[in-house]
Amino acid sequence: MSRITVDQPSPDQPSSDQPASPAAGADPEPGTGSGPGLGLGLALGTASASAPGPASRAGLGTGWGERLRRAALAVTALVLVCAAWEFYKLVGSPHGGRILGVPVLPRNDDTSMPHIWSVLAQLGHKEVNTADSQTVGVAVLKGIWFTLRVALAGLVAGVVVGVLLSVVMARFKVVERGLLPYIIASQTVPLIALAPLVSGWGGKLKVGSLEWQGWMTVSLIAAYLAFFPVAVGMLRGLQSPGANAVELMRSYAASWWQTLLRLRLPAAVPFLLPALRLAAASAVIGAIVAEISTGTDGGVGRLIIAYSQSATSDATKLYDAVLGAAVAGLLVAGLISLVELALARGGSGARPASNAQNAQNAQKTQKVRA
Amino acid sequence: MTSTPPQTDQAAAGQAAPEQVTAAPADGGGPAPAVEVRGVDKVFPVAGGGATVALTGIDLTVAPGEFVSLIGPSGCGKSTLLRLVADLVEPTRGAVRVFGEPARAARQSKRYGIAFQQAGLLEWRTVAGNVELPLQVHGVKKRERRERARELLELVGLGDFAGHWPAQLSGGMQQRVAIARALAERPPLLLLDEPFGALDEMTRERMQAELARIRLETSTTVILVTHSIPEAVFLSDRVAVMSPRPGRITEIIDVDVPGRVTAPGESGGGAGGAGVPAVSAVPAVEDAVGQAEDVREQAAFFEAVTAVREALRAGGGS
Repeated sequence: MSRITVDQPSPDQPSSDQPASPAAGADPEPGTGSGPGLGLGLALGTASASAPGPASRAGLGTGWGERLRRAALAVTALVLVCAAWEFYKLVGSPHGGRILGVPVLPRNDDTSMPHIWSVLAQLGHKEVNTADSQTVGVAVLKGIWFTLRVALAGLVAGVVVGVLLSVVMARFKVVERGLLPYIIASQTVPLIALAPLVSGWGGKLKVGSLEWQGWMTVSLIAAYLAFFPVAVGMLRGLQSPGANAVELMRSYAASWWQTLLRLRLPAAVPFLLPALRLAAASAVIGAIVAEISTGTDGGVGRLIIAYSQSATSDATKLYDAVLGAAVAGLLVAGLISLVELALARGGSGARPASNAQNAQNAQKTQKVRA
Repeated sequence: MTSTPPQTDQAAAGQAAPEQVTAAPADGGGPAPAVEVRGVDKVFPVAGGGATVALTGIDLTVAPGEFVSLIGPSGCGKSTLLRLVADLVEPTRGAVRVFGEPARAARQSKRYGIAFQQAGLLEWRTVAGNVELPLQVHGVKKRERRERARELLELVGLGDFAGHWPAQLSGGMQQRVAIARALAERPPLLLLDEPFGALDEMTRERMQAELARIRLETSTTVILVTHSIPEAVFLSDRVAVMSPRPGRITEIIDVDVPGRVTAPGESGGGAGGAGVPAVSAVPAVEDAVGQAEDVREQAAFFEAVTAVREALRAGGGS
């Protein structure tokens, strides 16, 4: 027969009338560090691994020993990857490796796989063979600085738009139903096709003395990628409070804004943090791809294009540009870690394991989609 | 006192309500009962057409200062009835009045505090922060909130845990925080939806004794939803026995167990209004627990338990 009352299932909480063991002090996952990462892919991987663990409010007090251990692990991972690279270069074949006639392993000649030291040495060489040319290293640093600023502008815009969208969707079910499919569809549009279009529209824009700049197109595309994880993750977070909590606020005759401020926004923080990491990585990827496809000067994307022209004879410059892209990604990831730390210090650090787990799962599904 | 037919001059009762609340006499003879449910039906629409009749023909009057339990098998609508009083759901037919006001107005003027089976504490707030939540929502100043939270945590015997996080507390302690939170605004009415349902038997009995004491100290009207017959008998002045399909009140049983902690004569002596700070909280708890054991071993207690059990059987409870 149909049950009418909404009886809650028994929670699996400790029922003895004693305080639960204060194990919160020994939290191995402070959820702040950006672990070892060689490129964007790795940076993403660590993002998911460092979601706030159980009782991470105490994790802020993680000692220097723990930090040192993490740093050592990061360095070890880097060394291992370099060693694997050089090992393959030593034992691999200049014709690549084939299994059943299908090429699966790269060639190990200097054009395909330059030595790590030649990639690093190339940073100190001149970009072009003229007297007043800057070194590749300086060019890459300038590129990182440009791409970083553009990506950050896009990230900020994307986060603002994503949060606003999620709040509106949480407020109005109709908006959620109507908008969410399009938000998801928006991410399936190929970026390469979009970039010239945006550039074309933007080129005609002029508000007063403010003219549309090339970098704005790049930022806009970065924002286009960045808003998505924030909107979806934040929406889940805003909807995460249970019926009891919502009824409690209702029993206080709390307005919708008060419920948002006191209940939904704090509840959404553990969902927002992993979404921010994804958004940051997306913003950098978006900025670089947009630079490439709109031909915007000054960034890492442009360097990749420029250096790939000489890659057939000497790939070291191209590898330097790729290294620059990875460094840009790591820098943004580090910045997000600082934001997380600030948010956790701001009193929202206490997290139940289950919530963090949910947020992490949400993030995984998003990653697959992205 | 059994469920008497409610008065018909609602307008007059509504007028008199505010004075009624602050005075809160224990005899229940005033013009406005604490809770008055009249001819209430509740029908929930079911997805895909049709409807479930959750409650039918509910009449219930609770006097100020009275402790009434709603008991019945799962699906009898007892939680729904409590939510109707709390204005968390609306009746399909009939009227619910709380201290002479319609339920909605009573909710908006904070006439009740509510606690559920799951403590539902906000994990990102400390224990004190959770107790302060309703006060914060209603714009009470920080210093006043602190003070009140400290007072309430003393009342529920958690004075030393103000700075702890909910995750560091046991289930029983969390539930006490939830009850403290429900009492934060000195509501004249306390609504409890199986607050001890998830606790083990020992903790449960202790919590019952504490609830009896808190009620004594704050002279609050209480409606308690429970599955447990001994719990209902131990705590209540009256037990409303409900039966399912459709949910209705089949019988209201007066409980008269002498020497109970909640003796009405004593509760009338509570200093006007709620929230008497319990300075000597710990001895009071031990007293209450000791008395509770005496009460539970009385013949009158067993008789009342038997009466409720038989009423439940007669009502066709599963």
